[in-house]
Amino acid sequence: MIGLDTLVQGVLLGGLYALFAAGLSLVFGIMRLVNLAHGDLIVFGAYLILVVVSVLGVNPFLAALVAAPVMFALGWLLQKVVLNRTLGDDILPPLLVTFGLSVVIQNALLESFSADSQRISMGALETASVDLGPVTVGVLPLITFASAVLVIVGLNQLFYRTAIGRAFRATSDDQVTASLMGIRPDRVFATATAVAMLVVTIAALYLGTRANFDPSAGPARLIYAFEAVIIGGLGSLWGTLAGGIIIGVAQTVGAAINPEWQILAGHIAFLLVLLVKPRGLFPQGGGR
Amino acid sequence: MSVYTVTTRTRASRTAFWGALILVAGLALAPLFVGRGTIQDLFFILTMLTLAQFWNLLAGYGGLVSVGQQAFVGLGAYALYGAVILYGVDPVVSILIAGLVAVVLAVPISVFAFRLQGAYFAIGTWVIAEVCRLSVAQWRAVGGGTGTSLPREAVAEMMLVPTIETALDVRASEARDILAYWLALILVVATIAGIYWLLRTRRGLALAAVRDNEEAARSVGVDAGRMKWVVFLTSAFGTGLAGGLIYLQKGRISPDAAFSVTDWTAYVIFIVVIGGLGTIEGPIIGVLVFFLLQSLFADYGAWYLMLLGLIGIGVMLFAPRGLWGLLSERTGIQLFPVRRRLAGGALKGREG
Amino acid sequence: MTALLETRGLTAFYGDFQALFGVDITLARGETVAIIGANGAGKTTLMRAITGVLRSARDQILHAGTGIGHLPADTIMKRGIAMVPEGRRLFPSLTVEENLLIGAQHKGGRDLGDRIDSLFARLTGGPDPAAMAGDHDGSGHWSLETVYDLFPILRERRRSPGTALSGGQQQMVAIGRALMSNPDILLCDEISLGLAPVVIRDIYAALPRIRETGASVIIVEQDIGQALAVADRVYCMMEGRVTLEGRPDTISRDDIHAAYFGAAA
Repeated sequence: MIGLDTLVQGVLLGGLYALFAAGLSLVFGIMRLVNLAHGDLIVFGAYLILVVVSVLGVNPFLAALVAAPVMFALGWLLQKVVLNRTLGDDILPPLLVTFGLSVVIQNALLESFSADSQRISMGALETASVDLGPVTVGVLPLITFASAVLVIVGLNQLFYRTAIGRAFRATSDDQVTASLMGIRPDRVFATATAVAMLVVTIAALYLGTRANFDPSAGPARLIYAFEAVIIGGLGSLWGTLAGGIIIGVAQTVGAAINPEWQILAGHIAFLLVLLVKPRGLFPQGGGR
Repeated sequence: MSVYTVTTRTRASRTAFWGALILVAGLALAPLFVGRGTIQDLFFILTMLTLAQFWNLLAGYGGLVSVGQQAFVGLGAYALYGAVILYGVDPVVSILIAGLVAVVLAVPISVFAFRLQGAYFAIGTWVIAEVCRLSVAQWRAVGGGTGTSLPREAVAEMMLVPTIETALDVRASEARDILAYWLALILVVATIAGIYWLLRTRRGLALAAVRDNEEAARSVGVDAGRMKWVVFLTSAFGTGLAGGLIYLQKGRISPDAAFSVTDWTAYVIFIVVIGGLGTIEGPIIGVLVFFLLQSLFADYGAWYLMLLGLIGIGVMLFAPRGLWGLLSERTGIQLFPVRRRLAGGALKGREG
Repeated sequence: MTALLETRGLTAFYGDFQALFGVDITLARGETVAIIGANGAGKTTLMRAITGVLRSARDQILHAGTGIGHLPADTIMKRGIAMVPEGRRLFPSLTVEENLLIGAQHKGGRDLGDRIDSLFARLTGGPDPAAMAGDHDGSGHWSLETVYDLFPILRERRRSPGTALSGGQQQMVAIGRALMSNPDILLCDEISLGLAPVVIRDIYAALPRIRETGASVIIVEQDIGQALAVADRVYCMMEGRVTLEGRPDTISRDDIHAAYFGAAA
């Protein structure tokens, strides 16, 4: 029987997927770049947090705060040194370069940390739960979901309320004219990827604390993120949250029927949405 | 009387034709001279080359960057195992079934995948390959998630194997490898000849037009969607055949191996990128480089894969047309020319 | 005296196609120069080269005596050369007010991004365009308020998406956007194209007020009458070359006809 409990778990899981997706969506929205290494960067972030936790012996939230500027700088450099060279009319170079990057990150992690699965310990918080009337939910999933909402609110504020966000949108509209306004597109792109890596750090924190992860966990996270973005409709961050929730609910419902069906159910939900509404549930703007 | 003729042939291409003929004849006779280990290596090279040619047809000529070709390797392989195990079909005949099943399933797959464009198509095909892997893992009759082996009897009675056994005086297991090798040789020759033919027909010209500029191609009456669909189905068929053949030779299958993104897509992309995307020659060079690296460094595991990834990134950034592109730029050689050139007549003046 | 802006033997290419063949023009401080010519004469290419959208050799373009031909568009803009591009090119994702504000995005001086870029350039041995941005500080007469005073209709429409406006209003936004950086040099590419005569008159009415603030102006026009009416000097271009230069009151209709269409009139 699929209870209210299953649905709530699914919604909260969707928050995690929305966190995976937000960075992907941000980068695609600004420079039409799909980063096939996005999932691996999340896993990389989780290892970074793990290392900070074990070296400094600090709380994972604090460790994420330490990791965030490192990830920000890495994102900036990655875009500036590698990815900016691949941007253009041809979609092949960015896809193939990020695919190569995915292989490199996975194997570098494998070489450094072995294939054993790891987990970032949250202590008592891992098992803590709160009673919300008819259902009892874990505190950690609740914090994850709240973080997803905060990240989306934050990104929307950044996009629509700040000069950086204005430059993001202008560059996304028309690179040449943006450069005539004194905006340097490659700098905007580097900043965007750096910001996306901040979101990746937050996603990595919850990836690492909620479940086990290993060096090969990236591609699956990329796929969930991608599904959430497509279901939500390109360019809509709230749509991405809705997309994440749909995947999350489909997975928990699938798992409730048969544990082997968890992942498959998420994919099938995605394919169904693709069949019925190819442009997603909340498409933005005209025929781009 | 016209003094101009349109030709795609070059002197190098005529030499290449005879060279290729001799090479293929030599490869066909190879089992007479070399041992089983070499035959297995050659089988690996030929099947990877087949997969690379079909991925190149998709991405390099069709502009369809797929990260999900492992779907068709796995579907073909599982179709073969299903036909052999459940219906007792001869394994060699089952290779054709593998191709057919792949192409039939490619039809509904294309309905989903073609709703996504560009980069999203890439991840979309990956999702579909995952769906195939997870679904096949639920198929208990062929071993579910843990996989299964080809039944001993079916393999022992496989057509042509006894003939090869007696003719070459080899053991049954070696005869099977030789048969698989010859089939791989036939498949790769047919693949290259077929793709070369396709690119030289009017349809191939239309394909090039679609790749270069979809809007413009459409305006001169090329149905871009249809062309891409044809390319997608053709690639699915060829990849399915190769998948069936590869797992016929391996004799054992599991969903994780048959639908592996590393083995059947990452390696293949590496081969095409390093050799030269959008050329027939590229994957041939690429597969040789790949095999060389694999023989030298495969023991280093993760370091080896990192090296492949870094080389791939480097080539894409600094020599996006691959090794063949570099060579062809320097020398002007084209072994499989598909570009039409005006020949004859003297071109005088700048405008005519 | 050094000209404010000068091109010397300026050439430009699109791939193998040469679009400019040694163009020499000058703009003095406070001057308004019009560049006329038929479609394909190279006028827009000239604008693209000056603004850095098309790169050229360093000393083919001089700004107050400094070679700027090799600089990227954003650096040239920061030096105080602003552009009203052909076709207006408003940003569809931005409101009218945001379109204006983005023109003033650069506040002058070196920001954190510039410092990072310079450091990065030093580490990698690459060029450092930020160091060439000069000392134009972007302050002056023009601000959101003064642009709204110049084109009052924009104040009413400030929350609308830029592309929801009429062609003439969009042109006003594009001009205002360029003014927001308080440029020394304002380049206007085909600002009357596709607009009704009455609208063109309104837009050109703003020109004297722009010149009063001290900006020098280059106007690219196909409308010869309009160009001659506002310009101190006129260049006529044909097939990538300057074919005529002179003051509106000293050149004859026949001269222009010959320079414009090539064939002897």
